[in-house]
Amino acid sequence: MSPVSRLHVPHPPARPGDTPDFSYVRLCPAGSVKRPDPTAAVPETEFLSRELVRVLDDSHKAQGPWNPGLDADTLRAGLRNMQLTRIYDERMLRAHRQGRISFYMQSTGEEAVATAAGMALDPKDMLFPSYRCQGLHFLRGVRTVKLMCQLLSNTQDMCKGRQLPVLYHSAEKRLFSISGNLATQVPQAVGWAMAATIKGEPHLAAAWTGEGSTAEGDVHHAFVFASAYRAPVILNIVNNQWAISTFQGIAAGDSPSFAARGPAFGMPGIRVDGNDFLAVYAVTRWAAERARKGLGATVVELVTYRAGAHSTSDDPSRYRPKAEASAWPLGDPLQRLKQHLIGLKEWSEERHQALHKELTTHVNDAWKEACEFGTLSEPPRPDPLTMFEDVFAQMPQHLQRQQAQLAKELG
Amino acid sequence: MAQMNMIQALNSAMDVAMGRDPAVVVLGEDVGFFGGVFRVTDGLQKKYGEQRVFDTPIAEGGIVAAAIGMAVNGLKPVAEIQFADYVYPAYDQIVSELARIRYRSAGEFTAPVTVRMPCGGGIRGGQTHSQSPEAVFAHVCGIKIVMPSNPHDAKGLLIAAIEDPDPVIFLEPKRLYNGPFDGDPHKPAVSWNGHPQGEVPEDHYSVPLGKAQIVRSGHAVTIVTYGTLVHVALAAAEKLGLDAEVIDLRSIVPLDVETVVASVKKTGRCVIAHEATRFAGFGAELSATVQEECFWHLEAPIARVAGWDTPYPLAFEWEYFPGQARLAAALKAVMESR
Repeated sequence: MSPVSRLHVPHPPARPGDTPDFSYVRLCPAGSVKRPDPTAAVPETEFLSRELVRVLDDSHKAQGPWNPGLDADTLRAGLRNMQLTRIYDERMLRAHRQGRISFYMQSTGEEAVATAAGMALDPKDMLFPSYRCQGLHFLRGVRTVKLMCQLLSNTQDMCKGRQLPVLYHSAEKRLFSISGNLATQVPQAVGWAMAATIKGEPHLAAAWTGEGSTAEGDVHHAFVFASAYRAPVILNIVNNQWAISTFQGIAAGDSPSFAARGPAFGMPGIRVDGNDFLAVYAVTRWAAERARKGLGATVVELVTYRAGAHSTSDDPSRYRPKAEASAWPLGDPLQRLKQHLIGLKEWSEERHQALHKELTTHVNDAWKEACEFGTLSEPPRPDPLTMFEDVFAQMPQHLQRQQAQLAKELG
Repeated sequence: MAQMNMIQALNSAMDVAMGRDPAVVVLGEDVGFFGGVFRVTDGLQKKYGEQRVFDTPIAEGGIVAAAIGMAVNGLKPVAEIQFADYVYPAYDQIVSELARIRYRSAGEFTAPVTVRMPCGGGIRGGQTHSQSPEAVFAHVCGIKIVMPSNPHDAKGLLIAAIEDPDPVIFLEPKRLYNGPFDGDPHKPAVSWNGHPQGEVPEDHYSVPLGKAQIVRSGHAVTIVTYGTLVHVALAAAEKLGLDAEVIDLRSIVPLDVETVVASVKKTGRCVIAHEATRFAGFGAELSATVQEECFWHLEAPIARVAGWDTPYPLAFEWEYFPGQARLAAALKAVMESR
């Protein structure tokens, strides 16, 4: 058969047993990429979709025009939020192994994606997270115990037992309800941003979705609408290289980058080192400043690596080399920010250990408190009759009848 | 009171709603400058400006998704899908998102979006411009579904839908836009002019969602129907000289079970009629409900009259359409059965 007629199926450079190979990830030295003015015309920003914006170099020093020049307190707040996220993830993974929760998803290795971007936005900006953005919830001050109660589907569950673990929300903190269906939040974020302009409010929306789910039609809709109406929205594509077992090339095809889809729609697209707290912060600030000036949306591709499994139902050793995470060329976001702060003499191993201890105690205490409201296997249980509420604003007659029928079944 | 056809009545509903509430916005394909392919949004952009009435890209999924985001941010969007047949690219956003945002967030987020769409055949639309997808949405928990049969109800129901805290799928039988239609395509078209239901208040009023209307009282048989088939049922009952009670459901969800059940208990016979296909159509739900609630009052098996279980064929539109003959045959069978 002629090679022309063969179906081209993209595949990753390494599978289990192979040596990890990230030579396909185009890197740029920290500080080497120019920073156009946030009001620049799209063609003048186009190079940003091919390069890789980085601030922290290999010796953890901040370099170049994208250095956001953050004070030590802000950096320490970022470190703290990422550390909390990681400890929470580890503890909840253990809770799953202990059979206390049914399912969990970690964000290990990509904590900067939520924390740095979230810190660069205003508290009134509306966030449309993916399921791997727990850092946003901590950042906005949702209590740890509240998140845990959601995972436990217990009597204090914000979702009243209706949602898979990690599909949190908080209207008060402007964190949109996470869907189990991928990428649906991206065009919704655009609609939210359109409404902000219609109402004459200065707030932005920001959405996060994985590189795999950019293949959904919803992302195409989001790009078309964001571009047409110049919606004040930041469209984050978290390229963590893997969509369950599917290599990023299946969604990318032969595209030069996911960020390159921005300029194709007339919006800036920026490819940024997603494990570089300072770079993610700076790029988000740039996009936010542009949006607040009425110049519309920016597509941000955050290049990172999903160091953990997709979920507790996944076993990545079956489809990728075990040593991939340690071979990832952009390192670990937590370690990099920590070393940067130590280099600035604003942090130390001792202080870090103390922080680790403090946050571990906090998470353990919160877990104890959350379990008092019930777990999968231990009472109390939420009232099953509440399942009929919130289908509609007012319960219609057929649901009232079904609720009464269930009450009878339950005796 | 003014004389309005259904297009003018729907236009007036949006005009009134927009005039009263600055949160109401209208979006959809061709709805802005042009005023919609059926002219339903005519003049609204001129009156309320393009911040509140605007054209969208040809992307039904994007239209509904954007409307959801806008509603979450406090607006009350009225989204037009140009034909009900085009709604399917938005199906995930309607089923998994619009219908469930209140539920999944335990009431913290809501999306009171009205999704308007012309439906039904009789305009030579073929299989892609004639469908009636109400059953496809009726199976989804968390959305209301409305289908008016006349200008008066159309305006009142659309205002109620826009003001409702829940998302509403608003189906507009396009064969009724310009006049009532009794199912006979050979008769000259009639306009709404002079029809009592073409008398429409110019101001604000609403017709409650979830409330059926008895449009003809009778004692011999109950015809449960909605949309275009209301007029076919009235004509068939008249022609047969039957003492039939005709119920116009107006709302598919919530369903006014009480009105239907009271009528069937009175008449003991029931014919269910809709234009959409029969198999697993909304008539199946109606039939099951009537059977469960009225079994000991029934004197004959319940009959269903519907479109055939085929796509809506262009050249055989009138052989497909459930007209007076099909309805009359069902009525006779139900009346003769004992």
